[in-house]
Amino acid sequence: MTLDPLLLAVAAPLCVAAAIALGLPKKLAVPLAYLGFGVPLLVSLWAWASFGAAAKEAHGYAFVTRYSTGLDGFGIALKLGLNGIALPVFVLAGVVGFAAGLYAIQSGAERLKTYLLLLLIMQGGLMGAFASVDVFYFYFFHELALIPTFIMVGVWGGRDRTYAAMMMTVYLTLGAMLSLVGLIAIYVKSGASSFDLFAIRDALSAAPLGTVTQTHIFGILLFGFGILVSLWPFHSWAPPGYGAAPTSAAMLHAGVLKKFGLYGLIQVALPLLPSGLGRWGSTLLVLAAVGNVLVIGLVTVAQRDLKQMVGYSSVMHMGYAFLGIAAASALGASGVVMLMVAHGLSVALLFLLSTSLHRRTGTFDMEAMGGVAQKAPLLAWLFVAATFASIGLPGMANFWGELTIFVALWQFSHWATVVAVAGTIISAVYGLRAAANIFFGRPTETFERVCEASPPSDLAWGERLPAFILLATILFIGVWPRSISVPINAALGAPRAAAAPAR
Amino acid sequence: MDFSTLRQLAAGNAWGAIWPEVSLACLALLLLVLEMVLPRGAHRRIPAVSLLGQLAVLALVLTHLGAPTRPLFNGLIEQSPSGQVMRAFLIAASILVCLLARESLPRQPVPRTEFHHIVLVVTAALMLLVQSRNFVMLFVALETVTVGFYILVSYTRGNPGSLEAGLKYLVMGALSSALLLFGIVLLYGVAGNPALPGRTAEAMQYPALAAFLEANPHNFMAAAGIVLVLAGVGFKIGAVPFQIWVPDVYQGAPTPVTAFLAVSSKAAGFAVLLVLVEQVFLPYEWLVTPVLTCMAAATLIFGNLAALKQHNVKRLIGLSGVSHAGFILLAVIPAAHSQAAAGAVYFYLVAYLLASFLVFGVMTVMSGPDDTRQELGDYAGLARQSPFLAGVLACGLGSLAGIPPLAGFLGKVFAFVAAFRAGHYGLLALAVLGVVVSIYYYFGWIRAAYFSDEPPLSADVLARVRSSGLLLRVVLALLAVGTIALGFYQGPLGSLVSGQ
Repeated sequence: MTLDPLLLAVAAPLCVAAAIALGLPKKLAVPLAYLGFGVPLLVSLWAWASFGAAAKEAHGYAFVTRYSTGLDGFGIALKLGLNGIALPVFVLAGVVGFAAGLYAIQSGAERLKTYLLLLLIMQGGLMGAFASVDVFYFYFFHELALIPTFIMVGVWGGRDRTYAAMMMTVYLTLGAMLSLVGLIAIYVKSGASSFDLFAIRDALSAAPLGTVTQTHIFGILLFGFGILVSLWPFHSWAPPGYGAAPTSAAMLHAGVLKKFGLYGLIQVALPLLPSGLGRWGSTLLVLAAVGNVLVIGLVTVAQRDLKQMVGYSSVMHMGYAFLGIAAASALGASGVVMLMVAHGLSVALLFLLSTSLHRRTGTFDMEAMGGVAQKAPLLAWLFVAATFASIGLPGMANFWGELTIFVALWQFSHWATVVAVAGTIISAVYGLRAAANIFFGRPTETFERVCEASPPSDLAWGERLPAFILLATILFIGVWPRSISVPINAALGAPRAAAAPAR
Repeated sequence: MDFSTLRQLAAGNAWGAIWPEVSLACLALLLLVLEMVLPRGAHRRIPAVSLLGQLAVLALVLTHLGAPTRPLFNGLIEQSPSGQVMRAFLIAASILVCLLARESLPRQPVPRTEFHHIVLVVTAALMLLVQSRNFVMLFVALETVTVGFYILVSYTRGNPGSLEAGLKYLVMGALSSALLLFGIVLLYGVAGNPALPGRTAEAMQYPALAAFLEANPHNFMAAAGIVLVLAGVGFKIGAVPFQIWVPDVYQGAPTPVTAFLAVSSKAAGFAVLLVLVEQVFLPYEWLVTPVLTCMAAATLIFGNLAALKQHNVKRLIGLSGVSHAGFILLAVIPAAHSQAAAGAVYFYLVAYLLASFLVFGVMTVMSGPDDTRQELGDYAGLARQSPFLAGVLACGLGSLAGIPPLAGFLGKVFAFVAAFRAGHYGLLALAVLGVVVSIYYYFGWIRAAYFSDEPPLSADVLARVRSSGLLLRVVLALLAVGTIALGFYQGPLGSLVSGQ
């Protein structure tokens, strides 16, 4: 049996987690944790580099392998593989997971072993969710990654952690259960003999579902996945959740796990239910997405707490992604995938830097900071860069995602495009204002008192390294978007063309 | 000399086929004998004899899992693959109950040997119950079980809570037996009516009754009988509206007995229900499906909502058990037409067994001399003092809540798929909401164990946690590993739900 890199990327973190659970001493647990986060990163980079040349199987999937777990008769088997949509997100999970892991190891959190254990389970689940071709495992791994988040918020969280954890748990379970029902519906209604995405696609392209059925199932999936992605007005779990979450958990959840919902819509819902979007896209979805951009955008402007602001801004940016989906075109969908990757990287970087900032100033209150740039220039420089990325300035990865979505959206609805573009101004307002407040200007009295008590230093290497990795990836995609756009377009072009005659 | 009668008798001799039940009963008697002949000092070895004996029987049953279907004792009982699975299931549950009792009974001023004796007899009766294909057999086995439970529920005689629970179980058990018996009698009576087509004198036998029902698909009397039989079984599985005894009895009974009720009694109830739905009541599907659907809907709503407000963990687990009955009913309803749905029921039960005993194991360790008082607040700080027990508890509760990668998740998925295939969309929507609500109370328990350190574990709980037996810890670890492993690799159990 040859070594399967994808399985390795899923299994490595889970095995390390199991070893820690079995009582590995801390001295061994930490080096092994590096391994647990490092292997997925290496595998994802390898997959990224070799995807173009790799042999493609059906539906543009490469690296396909299949393992039986005893449920073949039920149509479930662990089938791994990557297509052009899964690849960028898989890489995102590898990169952000590694950065979050590095940050967690140096954070010196209380009960560090358990913390790493949960983070590793999350990492394994994420790699599995994006590498799964089997719809059942796609869901299974997502939930596997989701559960540790709740525990991490509840145990290591900051303010209001119990409330935030409960709220996240109930909301996200509802979202996940709805999506599960939607996936079961697709499976049963398609008449396919297994949960394998290939089989379902083949069955559905041979005999597409009726428009009414498609619309119903799409609705279930839209709201199920929508709750997971904090679609307005089902977003209220996100800001308190992220506000309370420990940094690495927030990085992985906001950066990667939340993208699962969008990924599910693009990878499963859109190609399998091509006429399901119709009514939802032009009415409810556009309204909700505009709510994300405008309402949450304005709410973000009003935040004083830095972490809450980052949390709200991530909710707001999801609005662009939903607009891209509402646009109902291959162009829009490819913009969404690009934005998912870019936003995942930038929001993870922002969460990381916010915590580093908190460590130096002792507060998340932006009004109580000022002039931090003099004490920590590197931190300031990175934060400004991350803010630029989040706003979507050219040269950063986010720019391409947003631009593509705006272009696609213009063909779909003029007024929505105007609102969306106005949204970038809103995000520029709060982003730049936050950066200016915190880093420039005169130090506030509170901050001066903190400085006297313990003079803040610039970023330590443990914080620098993950931040550099994230920023480097943002810049790389920003200056060379072809690295992810080529596989995305290849994947989104194909199923569309195949589905066209069926309409 | 004419040997033909003897030969016929020899051919019909089926005692060999029920050797697991017979050997359990013999083991039960052996325990009593041992207590008489052994010196007092050696009495503490008796539970070990009981455990080892059951393990031996379990091992032998497991080697006979694939036994072919054949009727025994002129159709009184039937050996079937699913029956074999249930036999192994019930012995495994019985072993675990005895193990819990070994931990908790010494804390009470009660005799121990008799407890094992009764558990063994009840288990043997449960095993006959799940294989019975005749209403007389069913009723006799069921009464043996129920009488055994009357004693077990009020086993800690010194505790008013336990006595109260025993009385409630007695009254409710008698009522359910009466309903069941009335239903059986109605069916028997109507099937013997000479004016009806297909009348039979053998109406106690399932196949004969099924043939009669087939010939009279809209008989009012038969319909009334079916509803009453379903009600009688509904008591056993704790489905609404026959769940009223559950919280009080679960709280009052000693923890091992609560586990026994929650797992073995409920599982046997479902096995009986499956046989009835699949083999006997099929012509009355127009009646059975709506009745069970209403029961499932009410059970899902009531179980989850009522569990929300509980602070006593035994009541909480009891009401969560009610909601589980609802989830299992999701798969029972379409089981008549789908092998996969019936398999989903069995898979769910196995996952439920593993998860329940994880939780009950931790409860046994934590419970003090007064078994009825186990509050959520007692668990505060458990994760800090005993990460192992907290981990086991989280694993069990997570599986009950249906969280991947634990076995309970797969059980729920299979049940959902079965319900969706059968087109029970409304029920499925209720079930999904039920899962969301259930997450809240399961998570509340985990929260008590993990998130709060105040107040710290009280000294006597701490002492019990420290002194908990190694054997119990090993078994709990194995159950936890089993729960996780079953989530990733289903192996032979997977073929259950595959409809093969």
